[in-house]
Amino acid sequence: MEFVTQHPVLVVSLIKIAIALFVVMTALAYLTWFERKVVARIQSRWGPYWVGPHGLLQPLADGIKFLFKEDVVPPTADKVAYLLAPFLALALALTTLALVPIGPATISILGQPTQLVISHSPIALILLFAISSVGVYGVMLAGWSSNSKYPLLGGLRSSAQMISYEVSLTLSVVGVLLLAGSFDFYDIVGHQAGHWFHFLPSWEIFPQFLGFICYLTAAIAETNRVPFDLPEGETELVAGFHTEYSSFKFAMFFMAEYGNMITVSCLATLLFLGGWLSPFPDRWSWQLYLPGAGLIIGGLALIVGGLRSVQWNAKAVFPVLGLVCIGVGYLCTLHGATHPVAKAVQGPFWFISKVFLLLFFYVWARGTLPRFRYDQLMSFGWKFLLPLSLINLVGTSIFVVLGWHP
Amino acid sequence: MSVAMLVFIACGLFAVLGAVGLILAREPVHSALSLVLVMVALAVLYLLLGAAFIAAIQILVYAGAVMVLFIFVIMLLNAGVEVRTNLSHLARWVGLPLAILFLAEMTYSLFHEYAARTALAAGGAVAGPVPASTEELSMKLFTEYVLPFELTSILILIAILGALVLAKKESA
Amino acid sequence: MVPISYYVILSGVLFGLGVIGFVFKRNIITIFMSIELMLNAVNLAFVAFSREFNQLDGLVFVFFVIVVAAAEAAVGLAIAMVIARNRKSLNVEDVDLLKF
Repeated sequence: MEFVTQHPVLVVSLIKIAIALFVVMTALAYLTWFERKVVARIQSRWGPYWVGPHGLLQPLADGIKFLFKEDVVPPTADKVAYLLAPFLALALALTTLALVPIGPATISILGQPTQLVISHSPIALILLFAISSVGVYGVMLAGWSSNSKYPLLGGLRSSAQMISYEVSLTLSVVGVLLLAGSFDFYDIVGHQAGHWFHFLPSWEIFPQFLGFICYLTAAIAETNRVPFDLPEGETELVAGFHTEYSSFKFAMFFMAEYGNMITVSCLATLLFLGGWLSPFPDRWSWQLYLPGAGLIIGGLALIVGGLRSVQWNAKAVFPVLGLVCIGVGYLCTLHGATHPVAKAVQGPFWFISKVFLLLFFYVWARGTLPRFRYDQLMSFGWKFLLPLSLINLVGTSIFVVLGWHP
Repeated sequence: MSVAMLVFIACGLFAVLGAVGLILAREPVHSALSLVLVMVALAVLYLLLGAAFIAAIQILVYAGAVMVLFIFVIMLLNAGVEVRTNLSHLARWVGLPLAILFLAEMTYSLFHEYAARTALAAGGAVAGPVPASTEELSMKLFTEYVLPFELTSILILIAILGALVLAKKESA
Repeated sequence: MVPISYYVILSGVLFGLGVIGFVFKRNIITIFMSIELMLNAVNLAFVAFSREFNQLDGLVFVFFVIVVAAAEAAVGLAIAMVIARNRKSLNVEDVDLLKF
């Protein structure tokens, strides 16, 4: 305990990092399950079904499979860069999440009051862009160091694509920055509080709709996802930059891709969708019960699904998880939802719901849209998206200078 | 030894190692990676000096854009292992010792003169009290330095046009 | 705290290494990288002095140096590409048409 009192910030940060890492890793694993399920629905299939109820244990099985596969390193590969690439990709993808706040509440860990973010910086947005801009090295180095033609083509494509779309991505965000006047996520979200005409939440998505569209499109390209997944297009480049990777290094690239997806979704939520703010006016007090109600319904679904499963382990584990969910949910509805836990849960609940909605959008786009041709991708980025975000930027600055913004 | 000193020594070591790696590596991509190491180490030093905004810009522009462009071109041109040439006699027997002498002299004079002066001026304590805030920096940039700022935008425009004209195929 | 002179010395060492790289390297792209290294070393000195004298002008100059470096990299790499296309080599010693 003496160490804790001497270095409170260090200890609390480490605890927060441990919790965040666990949550994010689990979320990454279940994002693969979610994506497979949704894409399967779009294509009239069932998706993962056999491991656990509704295939809920599939991510665990996949993880174990990746861990026990043989790790093949091509003999002609450049060893240092080859080993560095997946670590760089995953580490940078996870580091960006340290700057993302998920709620306004101040909680107490070991008696130390702390915010719901690992690192609170006044220039958080620029730092986030800086870290994610370095993320391209993972893909490039993987492509180059494999010493093989398809990965090299994938790496080349990806670096050109990411440099091109990063310009639009950054410019599309500047409009929000002009309106909020700060790089700090707390200020940016705080600026979006309140409602227009008593019902329309004053989020930036409404004045910055053009910017939001540009951001979403550029973000898909930045994360190398369909319809912009040219760097790994399996029908033309086998698997693109990670063709020569196997075993857990391959899994690390996948985790990095999903981690980037979560990061851009979090950023879109904070900048355009009001972050942790509730979409309903404050006077509607029933909204305080929503997190609790959601948890209880989810818990009930887990219990029913677990009991109906044919596997004995699922029968044992899922009802217990469901009971825990119901218990937490019940805690959140106590005393008219004014319990400290219930209050702390409000922000993260809305934040995670919005991020989830955006993730669903990405999966939806993957299930719906065909891949672009490479020249189409480049001309779309430079000749359409960049002018559009520039028009948005100039328009917004004219509004700000003339003082027309509410 | 304070934490700041330890961080400085670690980053300084990484920066020098990166710079030496840049020179010694024969594979251009390895040189580029060494340079990225230097840039990241310098960004940490900027943070140590209280210039957080500059540190972020350093990573964003240098490591995230300029060096990516370098590696892209290396990959595109398929630049192989560098051919080493022997130095001319003049360079080896006169130039190299002179360069080392110059470096040593500069280091000595800076260390000697400057350390003595700072010790006199501030009683050994150094570095200003306030870290540079982004707001003050941007005020300075858009009031006092607004003309150079606008000129750099023209410079970038010219650079884009120049790069386009150069990279264009001649037949087209 | 770290004395400012240490930063300046580190900056000088990095600049010197950049000069050595510029003179000794034969690949045109690595020569450009050496120039970037020198610019970075200068930036470090700027930031250190800006902190020392508590003036922000140094940081503004770093900003300009970064912009110029980016522009230089764009044009320089375009030149490197043209050289590689015309002379089928990136070695600067093969670019000797003006030499006699």
